[in-house]
Amino acid sequence: MREPGPGGRFGEFGGRFVPESLVPACAELEAAFTAAWADAAFRAELDGLLASYAGRPTPVTECKRLSERLGVRVLLKREDLTHTGSHKINNVLGQALLARRMGKSRLIAETGAGQHGVAAATAAALLGLSCEVYMGEVDTARQELNVFRMRLLGAEVHPVSSGSRTLKDAVNEALRDWVASVETTHYCIGSVMGPHPYPWLVRELQRVVGDEARRQCRQLLGGADPDVVVACVGGGSNAAGTFAGFVDTAAVLVGVEAAGGAAMGRGVPGVVHGMRSQFLQDEAGQILEAESISAGLDYPGVGPEHAHLGAIGRARYVSAEDGDVLEAFKLLAETEGIIPALEPAHALAWVTAAARTEIPAGSVVLVTLSGRGDKDVAQVMAMLG
Amino acid sequence: MSAAAPGVPGGRLESALRARRDGGAKLLVPYLTGGLGPDWLEYVRAVAAAGADAIEIGIPFSDPVMDGPVIQRASADALAGGVTPAGVLAGLAHAEVSVPLVVMTYYNLVARGGHVRTAHQLADAGVAGAILPDLPLDEATDWLATAASAGVDAVLLAAPTTPDDRLDAICEASRGFLYAVGLLGVTGERDRLAGSATRLAARCTARTDLPVLVGVGISSADQAREVCRVADGVVIGSALVRRILGGAGPDEAAEFVAGVRRALDA
Ligand SMILES: Cc1ncc(COP(=O)(O)O)c(C=O)c1O
Repeated sequence: MREPGPGGRFGEFGGRFVPESLVPACAELEAAFTAAWADAAFRAELDGLLASYAGRPTPVTECKRLSERLGVRVLLKREDLTHTGSHKINNVLGQALLARRMGKSRLIAETGAGQHGVAAATAAALLGLSCEVYMGEVDTARQELNVFRMRLLGAEVHPVSSGSRTLKDAVNEALRDWVASVETTHYCIGSVMGPHPYPWLVRELQRVVGDEARRQCRQLLGGADPDVVVACVGGGSNAAGTFAGFVDTAAVLVGVEAAGGAAMGRGVPGVVHGMRSQFLQDEAGQILEAESISAGLDYPGVGPEHAHLGAIGRARYVSAEDGDVLEAFKLLAETEGIIPALEPAHALAWVTAAARTEIPAGSVVLVTLSGRGDKDVAQVMAMLG
Repeated sequence: MSAAAPGVPGGRLESALRARRDGGAKLLVPYLTGGLGPDWLEYVRAVAAAGADAIEIGIPFSDPVMDGPVIQRASADALAGGVTPAGVLAGLAHAEVSVPLVVMTYYNLVARGGHVRTAHQLADAGVAGAILPDLPLDEATDWLATAASAGVDAVLLAAPTTPDDRLDAICEASRGFLYAVGLLGVTGERDRLAGSATRLAARCTARTDLPVLVGVGISSADQAREVCRVADGVVIGSALVRRILGGAGPDEAAEFVAGVRRALDA
């Protein structure tokens, strides 16, 4: 997983397909990130926050009882244990520091499940920036607590009532804000998507997940790497960060999408939200609405580097159905005492099924547990009745 | 940054607009959402007859990120009514208006259809130009060349944030006209003309003899006249579409356009 170069390309995917008003801002961000990422002081400040504020490194947990049940050895990379409860904090701390470095005092963000919105509001509060979050009305309803959390953190939440009223429409609305506010505002995108440099920038900020996990696995496995590395894929940031640590090992990389939002599985190439990637769309090119129990995976597109990794066959993309996700959610709670977020429960659902069919018994499977399930408990309670 | 087709002259849209501009007229390009209501072509004809120099037809897209609430709603209504890009083009092929038609849509529809196929479909429907606000210069090389060879003028946009060297390159590559986005923001009416509109128009007219039209935020005949002290013309969208969404028939829509025409000619 290399640098995408000035055109922001991962193979045929990526690019910078934005209105002219945003082109200079994207170029400025690219230059600022390139300089910051090579600046030891910036890296030290970020690493300091990741350690003392976000709680890194997160552990890798060996799942004894789940492994016994499944017949494969399951390790979890515990992003659920970070401050704010998901991997999203890794990205926002980096982007908030970058915004400050660029002299931008206002952050805007889109959010689906609300985890990225909460993380962005948190980073903004920490650094004294203002923050406004766009969130589809369907999601403000099913993730009410996260809306309240964002408001507690001092952020303004704008419910979005256009289109499918989920993540895709929140991105549209954030882009519309940014077109008007670009001179003072940094758009803090929550995943490895959007125009160049975002897919690269967010992957680099998330690679701490994969880099740590690789070291931790080697320690645990006597120098060996896992056989299979699995992560859920919405836009694809926890998966990209995880894969970045293992792409040059022999591990099989597997991204798990929601069946109702499987842009890798059922999408075709297109250009939306600033990037050429895979999208669910009709014959004419109208974007279709994704549908999933998990607000964080309810997106009809996917980050361009995943489209590339899929096209060259380095990673495999599969999907999980809502019902199986709920089963996996309960299974992890009952066997390991860990309540996962619904998003990584997709990764667990695939492992559960694949352990019976295609993963050789005894294989070591690393799953990125991208977040904890607190935000989903009320929704799951309603569904399980 | 390079012009895809340096030296290739503009087509029918550009020559019509240049001729009008060189004859001393200020250019008026109203925007209508394609497929908005069963009688949308009546609006196209009425607006053409009311003094438009060209008409911009929006082909509705599911995710119009450069559009504000009015055009978003018009697009959503048209899509809910079952409109497709092919349906809009089929309508335009029978529009029988004497002024050039230029479509405005989002790049995914062109990417999905393919550059060559889309450019020929546009040409076959009698469309003279195309505006794709999410396809900036750096990504437009192939589209500029393909559109030019099909005889479709690919119009590029300039923004208040565009630096001078980039503006030079955009001016060189754009065909038909130069679309100067008058403010930082999405389409929609504003109480006052943005200062950025006149400033950008002046920067553009100083470096190109392409017709320079200001669009986004132009809301009234007065604002149109004001910006045309510097610009060659205006695109008026939301102010017209809002009236149509509010129930204005083709005659009332035409009366609004005629009012802007009178202001520009005064
Ligand atoms: C816990 C968790 N995991 C995963 C995702 C999906 O995002 P990504 O694919 O970028 O990791 C989300 C998004 O809201 C999330 O909250």
